[in-house]
Amino acid sequence: MVTDLGPVIRTRPKLAVWKFASCDGCQLTLLDCEDELLGLTERVRIDHFLEMTPAEGADRERAQLDGRGPYDLSLVEGSITTAEDAERIQHVRRISRYLVTIGACATAGGVQALRNFADVDDFLAAVYARPEYIATLETSTPISAHVPVDFELRGCPIDRRQLIEVITAYLAGRRPQISHHSVCFECKRRGTTCITVAHGTPCLGPVTHAGCGAICPAYGRGCYGCFGPSSKPNLRSMVAQLRHDGMSERDVQRVFRTFNAASPEYAPVPDLAAEERQGPPA
Amino acid sequence: MSTDADVHASQPPASDGLVMGKDGMAALVDVLIRRGFTVVGPTARDGAIVLAELRSADELPYGWGVELEAGRYRLRERPDGAAFANAAGPQSWKSFLHPVRVREWSADRVEGELVFTADQDTPPRYAFLGVRPCDLRAIAIQDRVLTGGAYRDSGYEGRRSGALLIVVECTEPGATCFCVSMGTGPAAGPGYDLVMTEVVDEDGHRFWMRSGSQEGAEILAELPTRPADPETRETARAGVTAAADRMGRTMPEADLRELMAGTLDAPRWDDVAGRCLTCGNCTMVCPTCFCTTTEDVTDLTGDHAERWRLWDSCFDLDFSQLHGGPVRASSRSRYRQWMTHKLGTWYDQFGSSGCVGCGRCIVWCPVGIDITEEAAALHDWTQSGTSASASAPEPP
Ligand code: SF4
Ligand code: SF4
Ligand code: SF4
Ligand code: SF4
Repeated sequence: MVTDLGPVIRTRPKLAVWKFASCDGCQLTLLDCEDELLGLTERVRIDHFLEMTPAEGADRERAQLDGRGPYDLSLVEGSITTAEDAERIQHVRRISRYLVTIGACATAGGVQALRNFADVDDFLAAVYARPEYIATLETSTPISAHVPVDFELRGCPIDRRQLIEVITAYLAGRRPQISHHSVCFECKRRGTTCITVAHGTPCLGPVTHAGCGAICPAYGRGCYGCFGPSSKPNLRSMVAQLRHDGMSERDVQRVFRTFNAASPEYAPVPDLAAEERQGPPA
Repeated sequence: MSTDADVHASQPPASDGLVMGKDGMAALVDVLIRRGFTVVGPTARDGAIVLAELRSADELPYGWGVELEAGRYRLRERPDGAAFANAAGPQSWKSFLHPVRVREWSADRVEGELVFTADQDTPPRYAFLGVRPCDLRAIAIQDRVLTGGAYRDSGYEGRRSGALLIVVECTEPGATCFCVSMGTGPAAGPGYDLVMTEVVDEDGHRFWMRSGSQEGAEILAELPTRPADPETRETARAGVTAAADRMGRTMPEADLRELMAGTLDAPRWDDVAGRCLTCGNCTMVCPTCFCTTTEDVTDLTGDHAERWRLWDSCFDLDFSQLHGGPVRASSRSRYRQWMTHKLGTWYDQFGSSGCVGCGRCIVWCPVGIDITEEAAALHDWTQSGTSASASAPEPP
């Protein structure tokens, strides 16, 4: 079958990569796209990406001029943990047509959101010799808590293929093919024998957002939830099962307190874990 | 509730059959490979009896049995060395006949024109070694679903039409099996090319073999066999008959289709929804679940596109996503869709039950939700007298 499409009109959208409180792993995923990188630069102009910019010289200075926008597509890594960053994300949003957050920090607050459950001053006093030099907020919050976000890509770090899919979908003007179901879907599609059922290994797969391709169970390790919660997770049943598979109340609490600790879906976990210890309410 | 007429209608009359030893099994795999088949059968791997391509009969799970319970699967060594004294494992034959991922077509932009190319891979000729009677019925059911109606899946047809089915009758049902309730086992129904019954006793380790097709008979003729003696036949038959009395699970004695239609508002659905993780494992392991989704992928150049089809499940929120949201948002409505489809509306759609009683969904559910237990609870509810009061339809 042949369809005449007429002439193809192409522009090269401008891409920017932004960093907030994060480890850089997610934005480095972009450089990790070795096979696709040249093709990518033919389709987009990477205008602002410090990780890809020489440490000194004119390019560096140009790249550091944050006000240069507007950008067609902004990839935002990291969470908001300082007053300056809370300002800066407003600016990034203003100069970005389409804003995609990448990774657990940007979408859920990251592991640094553990501070949300404690007193940040205690941490400062314990870690820094001169805590008064540190200006930080009480909480670590996702980008979506500050500005409207057009698409959120999960993972700690994000999956390379999913990043390419999000950019490709953006270029084609379609919705990215990113599923919100559980890791179990990917685990079964991959043909892995379920390690919970066959070995009794605790696994967060049933309540965890797909995207990684179910890597951990394929290597005999339980999923530990680095993509955060799947859509409408049943945490009550999951917590009961983890306890049944031998995890202590404390272990259950801790396994949900990692990269996506501040995901609202996980909020009931401590109570559910305690309930399991006391037996379900009559 | 039979779909037998749909598949391989004519079976040659069963003879007394032949008997072969383990050397015969080794020869069988060799003959199949020599005849150009891709042989797929059970093998012990990663703590389970999985289905994989076999290069020799040595890879069969000789000496491995299984211990099954809701949400639990364990391999157990068997001192008798039997290869098939175990029940359905984590995969089913649909992994090969109706694969997880299939490319349907690709499209390229060539000098301003869009050119579509249908994917026409030549499927291998599969020989499935060790198909359980419940799974033989499951294949017949997928035949009806995927090729028996107005819209035929030509890819499935291609893979299926070349497939040789070597059935093994069950003598060691698992604690989660209920093929007797569903009328699918433990003896083989029609549709096989070869059927075997494994016997291990003081007279040795042997297989009672019968053919069900011309091709099956030809293959059998190439193997080192001897005429079946009455003792072997009797022992084999007795083993299968005894298995029928040792089913680990049973469905309630009721018309399951009516039971499903009459209990849509039962409070039990809320109860199971409280336990269900909507993880989709039950549909993925079910040998008859056929649902798929499509993914259109483009590459970075924008000049190349592909349409892929991959397994989906009614437990996925996106499965019923329309503009404005999913039709089945609650886990109650999703679990109910799965179970009522398997046991009820499948009859309306395809003229049979969608469940063959293999027990996989019970074993591989991480929280051990048991379709027979849920059916029994619904049945109890209809008997309890409370059901009559709950007639107002609830939103999904
Ligand atoms: S191993 Fe984990 S992710 Fe895989 S099916 Fe089992 S519970 Fe789900
Ligand atoms: S519903 Fe469960 S028992 Fe029935 S055929 Fe499917 S997996 Fe097997
Ligand atoms: S039970 Fe669900 S996944 Fe299975 S065939 Fe029916 S709708 Fe499809
Ligand atoms: S019934 Fe079990 S396997 Fe099926 S979706 Fe619910 S929790 Fe998962």
